[in-house]
Amino acid sequence: MATASETKATRRDFLYVATGAVGAVGVAGVAWPLIDQLNPDASVLALASIRFDVAPVAEGSSVTIMWRGLPVFVRHRTPAEIEAARAVPMAELKDPEPDENRVVEGHDEWLIMIANCTHLGCVPVGEAGDFDGWFCPCHGSHYDTSGRIRRGPAPANLVVPPYEFISDTVVQIG
Amino acid sequence: MANHSGNYVPGSGIERWLDDRLPIIRFSKEHLMDFPTPRNLNYWWTFGGILAFMLVVQIVTGVILVMHYTPHVDLAFASVEHIRRDVNYGRIIQGTHAVGASMFFAAVYIHIFRGLYYGSYKAPREIIWMLGVILFILMMATAFMGYVLPWGQMSLWGATVITGIFSAIPIVGEPIQTLLLGGFSVANPTLNRFFSLHYLIPFIIAAVVVLHIWALHVPGNNNPSGVEVKSSRDTLPFHPYFTMKDLYAIIVFLIPFAWFVFFAPDILGHPDNYIPGNPLVTPAHIVPEWYLLPFYTMLRAIDFNVLFIDSKLGGVIVMFGSLLILFALPWLDRSKVRSGTFRPLFKPFYWLFFVNFIVLMYLGAQPAEGIYVLLAKISTAYYFAYFLIILPVLGRIETPAPLPASISESVLGENKAQA
Repeated sequence: MATASETKATRRDFLYVATGAVGAVGVAGVAWPLIDQLNPDASVLALASIRFDVAPVAEGSSVTIMWRGLPVFVRHRTPAEIEAARAVPMAELKDPEPDENRVVEGHDEWLIMIANCTHLGCVPVGEAGDFDGWFCPCHGSHYDTSGRIRRGPAPANLVVPPYEFISDTVVQIG
Repeated sequence: MANHSGNYVPGSGIERWLDDRLPIIRFSKEHLMDFPTPRNLNYWWTFGGILAFMLVVQIVTGVILVMHYTPHVDLAFASVEHIRRDVNYGRIIQGTHAVGASMFFAAVYIHIFRGLYYGSYKAPREIIWMLGVILFILMMATAFMGYVLPWGQMSLWGATVITGIFSAIPIVGEPIQTLLLGGFSVANPTLNRFFSLHYLIPFIIAAVVVLHIWALHVPGNNNPSGVEVKSSRDTLPFHPYFTMKDLYAIIVFLIPFAWFVFFAPDILGHPDNYIPGNPLVTPAHIVPEWYLLPFYTMLRAIDFNVLFIDSKLGGVIVMFGSLLILFALPWLDRSKVRSGTFRPLFKPFYWLFFVNFIVLMYLGAQPAEGIYVLLAKISTAYYFAYFLIILPVLGRIETPAPLPASISESVLGENKAQA
């Protein structure tokens, strides 16, 4: 084959590239449904919001409910716990966030959080740990009475899900 | 031993006809019977055969279990109990599969440590070694997903912790985790896909085993002296000498295996896995199966931030790094001498590495507190130092003992010394 023609793009080269490009698009188009089927399906997403009446939860106690397959803590905090959480200086926190931002104003006693440790997803034990909040037994993360990470491998505070009080006692999560 | 020539002579007309079209008898005779094998292989070399046997055991028992198992969060736990209580011989078949996973890993660890001691990863066997590392990783993935299937508390929470590892990856981590789980937590979609993959991966393993053995049959076996085969005096045909030796080793291996299956099928598992999975309560102490503990320890050992890498991501990097580093081993160990027998400086570091691995295993089962945290960091550091510092340096400074001129000489020399 002549060397001169190899250095110049030919019509055939264009056909190779164009065919390859169309083929790649086709393969990607077929691959995407095969991958996307792994994502949460419609029935999983359909459970995206729930309503819960918090009235029966007595002060100083908590319940765990399910939302989108995740456990959620609903904690009725005592005034002492709220005070303890608000007295902590921001500088001491690994993931600084004031307690006020973690509750709904006017419902400060209700702390609602996804109950999975932000480390690797275990459910922490309530009223335990060095800060009398939550303690994760899996890898030893300690959370305070606001659910904020204080010590251990977890990188972030317990996650507060999107929620609102739709009446005095009924909360809608999601 | 690429220079060996098969001595297959088709006997009958049918054999000749077949040999011209699909020379499968010729292939089998060359590779399963006549294959020249170093005559000095010791019993540590029987674990390859044991592993092949274990893969068959796991596939056969697994295919049977699927006939009785139900992959649904409400039914999985009960269906495993159904297998153990109601299905004819189900107690033995399920026990064989569950204990078999542990025996499979016991054998693979011996196989790996044999390779590490005798330098079986060195040229020209790098590809064999790397395929072996791939097999080891595939085994771990299969075993992990298999442990999820009974849907006990350890199944559920082990799956939560291990898939939680992916959430450590910056930006794409959480979408990847959701993609893996098929939801926002470990639930029915997760169980179903793990079941599917647990059935699939063993067949991928079988395919990689074929490549592993193919790559082995190009240079032939390494051997305890680490000296390459030089003449036909150094070898014996694989059959009957090593088929019988492997068979004998398999039978000895089956004795503890059978003991576990018949008398203590659950002793290697965790009692919490007899509590049905409950997404609202985490067991007080989550531990993976014993064979994953060393890597779990290394995951937990990193509880501090390094620059912009937080502790969670750091642990994940170290854990995956501890496996990926094995791929680089053939190029990290610069010593030209293969066998540890002839490496006076290498030996103590090797045995320390072995003990260190056992320590890592022990620490993985302990709570992450107090002295265990410090020990985990030291052991993790030694694991990496062995590959990244000790082996490269030893290759430069060590004076190896004199090597035997050939395999046959090393065998005869031993006999002379004993006489």
